[in-house]
Amino acid sequence: MTGQRASLIAIVVILGGLVGVSALNSSSPGDFGITLLSGLFQGMLLFLVASGLSIVFGLMDVLNLAQGSYFMVGAYVAYDAQHAGGLIDLTAVIPDPNLRFIIAVIAAVLAGALLGYLLERGLLRPLYSRPIFQLVLTFGVSLVALELVKFIWTTTPYSWTELFGVRESFFELFGQRFSTYRLFVVGMGGVLIVTIALLLQRSRIGIIIRAGVEDREMVQALGINVRAVFTLVFTLGCAIAAFGGAIAAPFLGASTTLGNAFLLQSIAVVVLGGMGSYSGTAVGSVLVGLAIAVAQDVAIGTDFAALPSITPMLLLVLVLLLRPSGLFGNSR
Amino acid sequence: MTPILEVRDIHTFIGQFHILEGVSVSVASGGITVLLGRNGAGKTTTLRSIMGLTPPTRGSIQFEGNPIQGKSTHAIAQMGIGYVPEHRAIFKGLTVRENLILAERKTGDYARKADFIFELFPDLKRLIELPGGNLSGGQQQMLAVARALVPDNRLLLIDEPSEGLAPVIIEQLIAAIQRLADQVSVLLVEQNFRVASKLAQSYVIIEEGHSRVNGAMNELVGDQSLIQRYLGVA
Repeated sequence: MTGQRASLIAIVVILGGLVGVSALNSSSPGDFGITLLSGLFQGMLLFLVASGLSIVFGLMDVLNLAQGSYFMVGAYVAYDAQHAGGLIDLTAVIPDPNLRFIIAVIAAVLAGALLGYLLERGLLRPLYSRPIFQLVLTFGVSLVALELVKFIWTTTPYSWTELFGVRESFFELFGQRFSTYRLFVVGMGGVLIVTIALLLQRSRIGIIIRAGVEDREMVQALGINVRAVFTLVFTLGCAIAAFGGAIAAPFLGASTTLGNAFLLQSIAVVVLGGMGSYSGTAVGSVLVGLAIAVAQDVAIGTDFAALPSITPMLLLVLVLLLRPSGLFGNSR
Repeated sequence: MTPILEVRDIHTFIGQFHILEGVSVSVASGGITVLLGRNGAGKTTTLRSIMGLTPPTRGSIQFEGNPIQGKSTHAIAQMGIGYVPEHRAIFKGLTVRENLILAERKTGDYARKADFIFELFPDLKRLIELPGGNLSGGQQQMLAVARALVPDNRLLLIDEPSEGLAPVIIEQLIAAIQRLADQVSVLLVEQNFRVASKLAQSYVIIEEGHSRVNGAMNELVGDQSLIQRYLGVA
């Protein structure tokens, strides 16, 4: 119980600190609002990569270093499906860009799920008793994925040019223009946080996952095929990461640096939240996202251009000094 | 009577250690058989080998006439074997109800068995929404046994149920295991000889990875020299 209180205090202090710095640094309530929205936006994207990373690690003890690649592939597939040319050209079949965006996102999710399924069933499965091999394998897969992406789509970054409704609209608050699309991504992230939480709490598969995180062997001894659950969870984790990449693409475009950038930040999120803890990952994502946004704000016009990229690690160090097993971690 | 479980001359390695060097156990249908032996003799490993958690490298295991060695743990459990491991292994983060529901093999198993389970262990009904980690040792043991009763198991493997429990709780547990043995066969591991002798009709003594002696419990109770030699209890 005292551990939980310490965690809550740590969260409130970090959150208060971030909001405080942001408020002091903002010239108007609109500025402050933009920083907050930007932080939540980045936090939700992080959550989409980190949730899979965290649940897979908790259940299977596999740290999937290829998780960021699924985000990157999701972004490329969505970009490709939305725009003219490329691998799949849907512009003639589906002229409406709004509808095409929905199809593009679905295509990315399916690609992520398929690639995730193949990685688990084909490569990871023989290596469950060899943790180091798994690390090397998933790292290797991330390198192969990167080279394949370069081969298919070249190394030139794509910025999103195809316009569609929600991407272009804005709303005004405190005399500032806010992007509706960012709000949409934050909303989608929120919906997913709640949906996954409900799934974990209420469904049978959720009970199996929570039990499996505690004691895999006993779950098997109850007659449950843990391997099949592994495949399902791994596939879903990859699909969610690809979904993240797809909905981030209209803003961030598609580039070969996406994978590693999001992987590193997500690992920071997972460790900071407490390895294998779902609520830790959700809270950690928001904290890290906000911290990056505040750092970006602070770094403008100073010599600390690198500040936003080192912020997740700084925050991680700070949290681990206070709570060595992470915010929601149990020291196992 | 044909035995429900027939373990013949199994050998099991854990890492490089040859833990079981020839264990044979026969469990009669509709009774309680106890594995006796000193600490480290291989009793727990025998149960784990049956469940496929430490698969034997040699020998055969037949459940209801079907070979089960080499099958995966979940497939063995699905054939109708319930496992109540040492230290209970209940899920501490799951509520009592979730622990029970998890053990379902068909939807509705829990609903069907709930009355029987709460009759055996009335305490669990009151604790149903509490996390397993909040239960006392005795309550956790009851939950672990109850969990094995949710699906239609025909054999239960119960490892050291009385370990670390207060005498009054042990009495309750003995009563419950005696009652459930009307419906399922039981292979028990028990260090407490008094508990073992109250519960079991037959015994197998394991020493240093070998099964040495077996027979009827009432004969063993009268044989002080055998008890002294293998179990070191008076």
